[in-house]
Amino acid sequence: MSYKYDPQLDGEIRPVSRPVLLQSLTAVIPAAAILHSEEQLKPYECDGLSAYRVTPMLVVLPETVEQTGAVLKVCHRLKVPVVARGAGTGLSGGALPLQQGVLLVLSKLNEILHIDLENRTAVVQPGVRNLAISEAVAPHGLYYAPDPSSQIACSIGGNVAENAGGVHCLKYGLTVHNILKLNMLTIEGELLTIGSDAFDTPGFDLPALVTGSEGMLGIIVEITVKLLPRPQAAKVLMGVFDDVQKAGNAVGAIIAGGILPAGLEMMDNLAIRAAEDFIQAGYPREAEAILLCELDGIAEDVDSGVEKVGGILRDAGATETRIARDENQRKLFWAGRKSAFPAVGRLYPDYYCMDGTIPRRQLAAVLHAMGELSAQYQLPIANVFHAGDGNLHPLILFDANKPGELEKAEALGGKILQLCIEAGGTITGEHGVGREKINHMCLQFNTEEIRQFHAVKRAFDREQLLNPGKNIPTLARCAEFGAMHVHNGELPFPELERF
Amino acid sequence: MEGDQDQSRLLQNQLQQALGEGRALRIAGGDSKRFYGNRVDGEILSTRQHRGIIAYEPSELVLTARAGTPLRDIEAAVAASGQMLGFEPPHFGAGATLGGAVASGLSGPRRAYSGALRDFVLGAKVLNGRGEILQFGGQVMKNVAGYDIARLMAGSLGCLGVILEVSLKLLPRPEAEQTLCFALNSRAAAAKANRLLTQAVPLSGACYSDGQLFIRLSGAGETLARCAQTLGGDGGDSDIWAAVKEQTGDFFSASDLPLWRLSVPPATDPAALSAAAAAATLWDWGGALHWIKTRLAADEMRAIAATAGGHATLFRSAQAPGDGVFQPLLPGLKKIHGNLKQAMDPHRLLNPGRMYADF
Repeated sequence: MSYKYDPQLDGEIRPVSRPVLLQSLTAVIPAAAILHSEEQLKPYECDGLSAYRVTPMLVVLPETVEQTGAVLKVCHRLKVPVVARGAGTGLSGGALPLQQGVLLVLSKLNEILHIDLENRTAVVQPGVRNLAISEAVAPHGLYYAPDPSSQIACSIGGNVAENAGGVHCLKYGLTVHNILKLNMLTIEGELLTIGSDAFDTPGFDLPALVTGSEGMLGIIVEITVKLLPRPQAAKVLMGVFDDVQKAGNAVGAIIAGGILPAGLEMMDNLAIRAAEDFIQAGYPREAEAILLCELDGIAEDVDSGVEKVGGILRDAGATETRIARDENQRKLFWAGRKSAFPAVGRLYPDYYCMDGTIPRRQLAAVLHAMGELSAQYQLPIANVFHAGDGNLHPLILFDANKPGELEKAEALGGKILQLCIEAGGTITGEHGVGREKINHMCLQFNTEEIRQFHAVKRAFDREQLLNPGKNIPTLARCAEFGAMHVHNGELPFPELERF
Repeated sequence: MEGDQDQSRLLQNQLQQALGEGRALRIAGGDSKRFYGNRVDGEILSTRQHRGIIAYEPSELVLTARAGTPLRDIEAAVAASGQMLGFEPPHFGAGATLGGAVASGLSGPRRAYSGALRDFVLGAKVLNGRGEILQFGGQVMKNVAGYDIARLMAGSLGCLGVILEVSLKLLPRPEAEQTLCFALNSRAAAAKANRLLTQAVPLSGACYSDGQLFIRLSGAGETLARCAQTLGGDGGDSDIWAAVKEQTGDFFSASDLPLWRLSVPPATDPAALSAAAAAATLWDWGGALHWIKTRLAADEMRAIAATAGGHATLFRSAQAPGDGVFQPLLPGLKKIHGNLKQAMDPHRLLNPGRMYADF
């Protein structure tokens, strides 16, 4: 697909004069907070999905919540679309700018405002980096649980927008489980507080709706996160397998065995070799798959759990199990996993990261089918999974400089997403729909469901000015995309006019 | 199971008919939580016969069932595989159903340690106010495709749609549980419960009633024995957890005074709350949930809760305040709520007024 905004498929955007917008904005925020020259705008043309690039009309970097509200009021008045961006590490093009829109960058709102040790919460601004929260509260024996691989760089506002996960979700949940309260600006510039410092709040569960809404409902300007006490002990085991299917079955056996691992990750041979070459984590290069299983909690429970998991892994056919002997080796085992993406990135000029999630029992079957697709498209796939929660990250390797390879990789990616839906899963577990998977939403949701999403969107943003063209496709787009996937000669959405 | 049936078409038909004739519907499962929320008048839309566990795979830690499935059937089914509902939902009656539990969004004593009902919702099939059957979320642990309308259904009191099916995440059942009891004043008890959270103790409950702090530990048998020894205290009656959850203890049955529910930040001083309300409180969730029986006016109770950073709900009472049982919303939020109602149930067909008068 073309990732460029298409007024026919994504909705008309009323043209606005750049000088008028610039003048209106200069009236409400310092000129230095507005970037408008070509070289200033260039660094903002893409987020973590660098294959998609659009130069925004203007970039605005407010330094206060008041400035942010003022910018929104101007944009609302002039009907200019607004795309929010945090650290720009997102992998689905959710912060891809619009040529006719303002890119609202929240990275300067980067203060930790308050740490409440008694209630174990922290109030932070959206530009605070994920890891910085855990670092700030570490002296008190606390941490913030969600840990996406990009946690060194990604910011908490983006984590909320994407409902970011990480390697510890199965036990500790996603972003939605680890935040209490959000301050959000509406597109009209009105400040709303949703959620509260208590465990629940009257009315509808708006924090649930807003978390993961990809900047489509409002602009998050303050977040109250939950902090957890650091577990007393953590140990990690590596299970080595000569067969991917056996590793997949071991995952189900661990869960069925009553164990709730803090992390349960799987890598296939291509990913293992890449990581080993990159960081020498001590992975067995010849293994077809490895499982990393981390247990945390009370020291004795962790010890007995490690023993139990070791038995389960061997019963499932592990050729070898290794327990990280100390904290250094535990970190090394994880370093290999956490660096898997850049490690695989060294093998090929480009990689395309997928994010489908499937029921765990389908793991072996989906892996097998993916292997067949890889052969069919003649593009290698390295597999790195959050196996515990069935979240796949197949990395499709390709060379964007070869004509047609990007398109081929995208087509293969689309097939993988379709596979995930057919297996009873979803097209995105944690990276978000963004611009990247906008068409695939039409595969997962029917017309009524997509209409319902749009109605919910209008409840917050009647004029559709927040991040248009992302997350939820128009029915026109689904009709267009669906036309490429005609089944039994029937066009989907027959009631819609064709372009 | 016997009696399992899919009545979604039937429910859809009844809703469409009501839609055509402009009649409001009162959604009911087991009707065990009818007392909760504001009074709704309307023709009953019963989800009770729409029942049955559709999918349960212990190795997935996920269960999918129809709304009318009795909660006790679900709890029994997952217990048989060594699993549980981590949010320990109150039943408030023998007929309590899954749909009612999700719509009310209420969680029991374990909530402070394992999470609330809304944390365990993975997906839902919903009949909206236009009579459309829609599916959101799914049966997998992670899913960020589209807005999380499934989770939004938790605690929405049927005001946004009829819940037809729900997929829930489950937790492994702890090997053993032990209840300890300490004679302490309320403030000291809350401080102790809070402190225990940062120690290596497998806490799964902390409630306070009538001069006694009850602590529940869940985990491996040996760990519990060791922790119990370190913590001291007396052995406590484990029935306290069911009594607090189902509101069957003396505190709840002793009088007919209106029962208030105050949800506040966990480190709130319970003695201050008690003094402000001039009444004893029974607290749960390590101090984040207070039950108070009093005749104080709604405005006063709401002010007490708001001062502490929380909110007050008139949970059980013969008479509701003029502005309803829930703490009123600020104008900005009220508008969004109205818009969401409009988006999901534009003709105000479903449980009108159950949560707030305007929707």
